[in-house]
Amino acid sequence: MLRYIGRRILIAIPTLIIVSLLVFALQKLLPGDPVLTMAGEERDPQVLEYLRQKYRLDDPIPVQYFAWIGSALTGNLGISLRTDIPVLDLIMSKLPVTLELAILAMIVALAIGIPAGIISAVKKGTTVDYAANVIALSGLSIPNFWLGIMLIMLISVRWQLLPASGYVPPTEDLWLNIKTMIMPAFVLGTGLAASLMRHTRSAMLGVMRSDYIRTARAKGLLSRKVILKHALRNALIPIVTLSTLLFGELLAGAVLTEQIFTIPGFGKLIVDAVFNRDYAVVQGVVLCTAVGFIFMNLVADVLYVLVNPRLRHSA
Amino acid sequence: MKKRLLIAMAAGLLVSTAASAQTLRIGLNEDPDVLDPHRARTFVGRIVFTSLCNKLVDITPDLKFTPELATEWQWGDDGKSLTFKLRPGVKFHDGEPLNAAAVKANIERARSLPDSLRKSELTSVDNVEAVDDLTVKVNLSRADATLLSQLSDRAGMMMSPKALASADFGQKPVCSGPYKFVERVQNDRIVLEKFADHWDAKNFNFERIVFQPIPDTTVRLANLRSGNLDLIERLAPSDVPAAKGDSNLVFAPVSGIGYQGLTINTNNGERAKSKLGQDKRVRQALELSIDRNVINEVVGAGIYPPAGQPFPEASPYNNPKFMATQRDVAKAKQLLKEAGVDRVKFELTFGTGTTAQQIAEIIQAMAAETGFDITLRPTEFAAMQKEAQAGNFDVNVIGWSGRVDPDGNIHPFVTCKGALNDGKYCNEQVDKLLNDARIINDEAKRKQLYDQAQEILKQDLPIIYTYYQPWPFVHTKKVQNFKPYPDGMIRLKGVKFAS
Repeated sequence: MLRYIGRRILIAIPTLIIVSLLVFALQKLLPGDPVLTMAGEERDPQVLEYLRQKYRLDDPIPVQYFAWIGSALTGNLGISLRTDIPVLDLIMSKLPVTLELAILAMIVALAIGIPAGIISAVKKGTTVDYAANVIALSGLSIPNFWLGIMLIMLISVRWQLLPASGYVPPTEDLWLNIKTMIMPAFVLGTGLAASLMRHTRSAMLGVMRSDYIRTARAKGLLSRKVILKHALRNALIPIVTLSTLLFGELLAGAVLTEQIFTIPGFGKLIVDAVFNRDYAVVQGVVLCTAVGFIFMNLVADVLYVLVNPRLRHSA
Repeated sequence: MKKRLLIAMAAGLLVSTAASAQTLRIGLNEDPDVLDPHRARTFVGRIVFTSLCNKLVDITPDLKFTPELATEWQWGDDGKSLTFKLRPGVKFHDGEPLNAAAVKANIERARSLPDSLRKSELTSVDNVEAVDDLTVKVNLSRADATLLSQLSDRAGMMMSPKALASADFGQKPVCSGPYKFVERVQNDRIVLEKFADHWDAKNFNFERIVFQPIPDTTVRLANLRSGNLDLIERLAPSDVPAAKGDSNLVFAPVSGIGYQGLTINTNNGERAKSKLGQDKRVRQALELSIDRNVINEVVGAGIYPPAGQPFPEASPYNNPKFMATQRDVAKAKQLLKEAGVDRVKFELTFGTGTTAQQIAEIIQAMAAETGFDITLRPTEFAAMQKEAQAGNFDVNVIGWSGRVDPDGNIHPFVTCKGALNDGKYCNEQVDKLLNDARIINDEAKRKQLYDQAQEILKQDLPIIYTYYQPWPFVHTKKVQNFKPYPDGMIRLKGVKFAS
């Protein structure tokens, strides 16, 4: 087992190197000059020169790469070119915000998607099924930003029920935190709910056709029991896998949602950093995200092996 | 016991409501950069500094200078020195006194810090003398009429010399303004609280100021309408009808000191060698094709006043003679004919954004009627800046947030070595006039020089000005006495909530 984990970690190293190279190269491919952005409206040539030297932008690209990766290995991701705040501090302060949003959105997605999928499968071919399908398709096709603005207009401006945007940490005011997060979590969650609903429906339909369900029904079990206990449990397996995969998508979706609702999270951090050519922040954020994904994959792989004896033998 | 607790909680709630009632929430168009006036570069950062840091002098709505930290000032006879009398008893937020030594330390820092963005504003300064505790004399190596205006902005903001020693000043600024720094959460908020020892504290009514960056203008307005904000800046024209239509809001736009225009590549690399770049008649035809009133009414919702010159209407250097030209298709066609061309092709580059796109499309349509085939090229801003410097453009849409002194609106853009002269327009006569205007303090004499330069520029047209950049503020009815200034800053003196 330890050998297996060791091997997985070794495999992760080249992946990380490739990611770091990609991040760095993409950054250099971005049009524009970070120094011009930094030097303000006046673009004083002296300052331009100084900044170029300070951030080693005149060095050959491989030299720049090794300087960056060298300090990244020691845990130093540099400081934001725009605000002087260390990149690591920025990441640590923004990550919990986005995680909270993603978790809440996941809850929304599961709470809507799974029951809707079950009902739609059980009532297959009825008006309820068609209605659920239409709603799911709308959920998939309505763009986040449009839904977000509409909700703000209706709920915040017209009815004044929830704050239009912004973020309050739960440690400061839990109730206000929940109030600010309801709309963004809903907007982000509905898109996922739709695809979860579609998958739950097809998984349920597949299971409902199997022999043991027929047997259960033949035994005279209550319909509700058959659906929730016998069918849903088996149908849930692919859904759980899907949900974990979708979590990554959620983090990506958060980029847009955070823009609309001005939530100071990871997504907003990276978008602003790209626009401001804040290289240090972009590189740091993408590298951290990549490390996070690789780590999560590693954990998932190890868990599979622990859970599934057949994989354990092949490992 | 339970009852007591309830009463205490209720009291606590009341207190917190009372405190929040004195908090002014301002929605900003973007998150400011580093909060160090010497290293800061953003317009939006200046809005925060206006409450946080006092300057030696301030401006009035009609762009005259008015005392702030300095109560009076005097030019030396040869124009090569400027002496300030400082306001007595002024303290920095950390309790340090503001005196001549502090002013000297600040100006010297602005001139010597390697990444100071204020260096180019203070090039004329030779040294700073602390004559006595409250008298500072700035000695210049050459006469410089722009200096006072520089010192009315970031270069003249005073920071506590003691705090300047700390490495993270930009994250925890210590100045002497009416509000002091509390905290900043990047992309989320900047919080200031009232500085009780400020020399003019009685005129500042809010206990706290919270700046919240909300880049989407519709969302910013929605926050204002839902009561989460009290005041917002830079409303997009497309949201103007909504703001005007809301009876709880006050729409308070002001025509700014900045402008928008088209820079034509007349002399920067290969792409300058076009008919448009080489023949001023073609550029004149382009100007005559454009109806600035249409831009103002269709895109600007009436807040984009047509501009024909770099000096705003509020400026004493504005000359009605150089007002925006009226559209004249026949004359434009005639000019093209004289230049020996039938149709002229060029690419118009502009920063991505709805407003910029709409304006570019209108110009494209209007100019097509006279004989211009314009291809539009929306470009992300940072990329556009670099291409502009490299000369990789035909015509660029440019915007300038504007400076109080006329020099800042014209010199860097049209002098041969101007740092912002992307089209590399170069005319010795214009250079001489504008260089001379820099060193004369007499307003009337200066204006003559600017008029002469404008006379030439109006013919040569390296830049076609389109409209003056407005600063459209919106606030709730609760906010009283707010006065918008042409520099787009938010000055809170006397501003209060309706009781």
